[in-house]
Amino acid sequence: MQKTRAKDYSIFTILLVLAIAFLSPIFIVLMNSFKGKFYISDTPFLFPDETTFVGLKNYTSGVAKIDFFSAFGMSLFITVCSVAVIVLFTSMTAWYITRVKSKFTGLMYYAFVFSMIVPFQMVMFTMTKTANVLHLDNPIGIILIYLGFGSGLSVFMFSGFVKSIPLEVEEAVMIDGCNPPQAFFKVVLPILKPIAVTVAILNVMWVWNDFLLPDLLIGTEYKTIPIAIQYLKGGYGSIDMGAMMAMLVLAIVPIIIFYLTCQKYIIEGVVAGAVKG
Amino acid sequence: MEKSIKKYFALFALPTIIAFGIAFVIPFLLGIYLSFTEFTTVNDAKWIGFGNYIKAFSNQEFLNALGFTVKFTVLSVLTINVFAFILAMLLTRKLKGTNVFRTIFFMPNLIGGIVLGYIWQLIFNGILYKFGVTLTSDATYGFWGLIILMNWQLIGYMMIIYVAGIQNVPKDIVEAARIDGASRSKILRNVTIPLVMPSITICLFLTLSNSFKLFDQNLALTAGAPSKQTSMLALDIYNTFYGKTGWEGVGQAKAVVFFALVALIALVQLVITRRKEVEN
Repeated sequence: MQKTRAKDYSIFTILLVLAIAFLSPIFIVLMNSFKGKFYISDTPFLFPDETTFVGLKNYTSGVAKIDFFSAFGMSLFITVCSVAVIVLFTSMTAWYITRVKSKFTGLMYYAFVFSMIVPFQMVMFTMTKTANVLHLDNPIGIILIYLGFGSGLSVFMFSGFVKSIPLEVEEAVMIDGCNPPQAFFKVVLPILKPIAVTVAILNVMWVWNDFLLPDLLIGTEYKTIPIAIQYLKGGYGSIDMGAMMAMLVLAIVPIIIFYLTCQKYIIEGVVAGAVKG
Repeated sequence: MEKSIKKYFALFALPTIIAFGIAFVIPFLLGIYLSFTEFTTVNDAKWIGFGNYIKAFSNQEFLNALGFTVKFTVLSVLTINVFAFILAMLLTRKLKGTNVFRTIFFMPNLIGGIVLGYIWQLIFNGILYKFGVTLTSDATYGFWGLIILMNWQLIGYMMIIYVAGIQNVPKDIVEAARIDGASRSKILRNVTIPLVMPSITICLFLTLSNSFKLFDQNLALTAGAPSKQTSMLALDIYNTFYGKTGWEGVGQAKAVVFFALVALIALVQLVITRRKEVEN
């Protein structure tokens, strides 16, 4: 007993050291966001002191330089709308192609599964051109593109879940006089809730952090947070490290808040998504 | 019932099909066609057969990117999975605070690739500054930088999947092995690892495809510097499309090759998984 306890303590200590090491990159960025920009590259691992501390100066200049709040609004708008649209339409489609058995629905299912393994670079150029021609290169149009590109994984995950719902439930409500849309929205969709949460979380993580797709479609006019940060680097010959640190902190804060509030769902969703994917 | 649902095709299936067609099916087919043509816009495409593919494979930058990507992928898959598995083993013992540890280790995964790249650029340059060099003065630094970044990002994710797998191992089997006098390493090798094989397969696949397709982190950390030596495949394709006029067709051919490689990895993985399932 004594031996295992000693062992537990040493394991706990190892984990504690590792956890601190894991958090330190974020902490180092936070620390540097309060330092003058000329001190950051020289002494990134020192606490700010009397000479290096500049208060919130980096934050105010960074927010002004990349127009952080409009980038935040853009990220939020695109993420919320895209994920809502993805969850709504792909759950409907998954129900349809699972319940209606035909050659066409079978083909669709395999097309969706196939799309999951295709890397973005394969369609990067042609998709951008197609979207330009159809005037989808704006914050509204990009939602449709996200639906199209996100439908593979989402339809696949919803379909797997729909297969496990007994048909009798839907048959019963439809005999009672519901038409299919009523049956879907009143009965099926509430049953799909757990998988809908998983699908939503996986898509939030993707869309919120996505860089290339919005950059190619709308990046020059409307910037999301990742694009604004990339442009902060690219646009100013010698980069303002102070503003950069402050903007990195502001980019991380919403994610950490989201993570700590939905932690249980996020971890469950990731496990479920991994097993399915 | 099937018949009455079928009538609602336009409501249930059409919106997704249209979006899927615009975002994926048309661009995919068009992409394959364009890889055999010379073009600057989609309308002026001229059929040239395999010319783009020949040009792609005689392009030193592409071959470098391929080599760099393969080297990076092998090493990151190994390191991430070994560390994630060890962490998962430690975190499935009944210790205090395991939930807090899991939360912390998983967190980097939610931060986007661009932000991750710049966080680590600061840290690496801060360390290398003491030796009078920078992250981009030698490709070796960029390589190891990407390995460390990738480990930081993905260890927690894979750990979560391994934890789920290890928790599903029936305790009585492990107990029985222990009573029979099996050593710890024997239990690990002959009981635990075979039983968490499904998790191992998933984690190998996820780390493999994530490492192989890496883009954002690569762009933010080194952007390929010095002189494109740390460019991975995805970044090389991007630079071919948007950095070299007249090379669009070659870019598309590179993209098709890239897709074929990713598909091959997925297929091999699927075959292996199936075989494992039969054994179980």
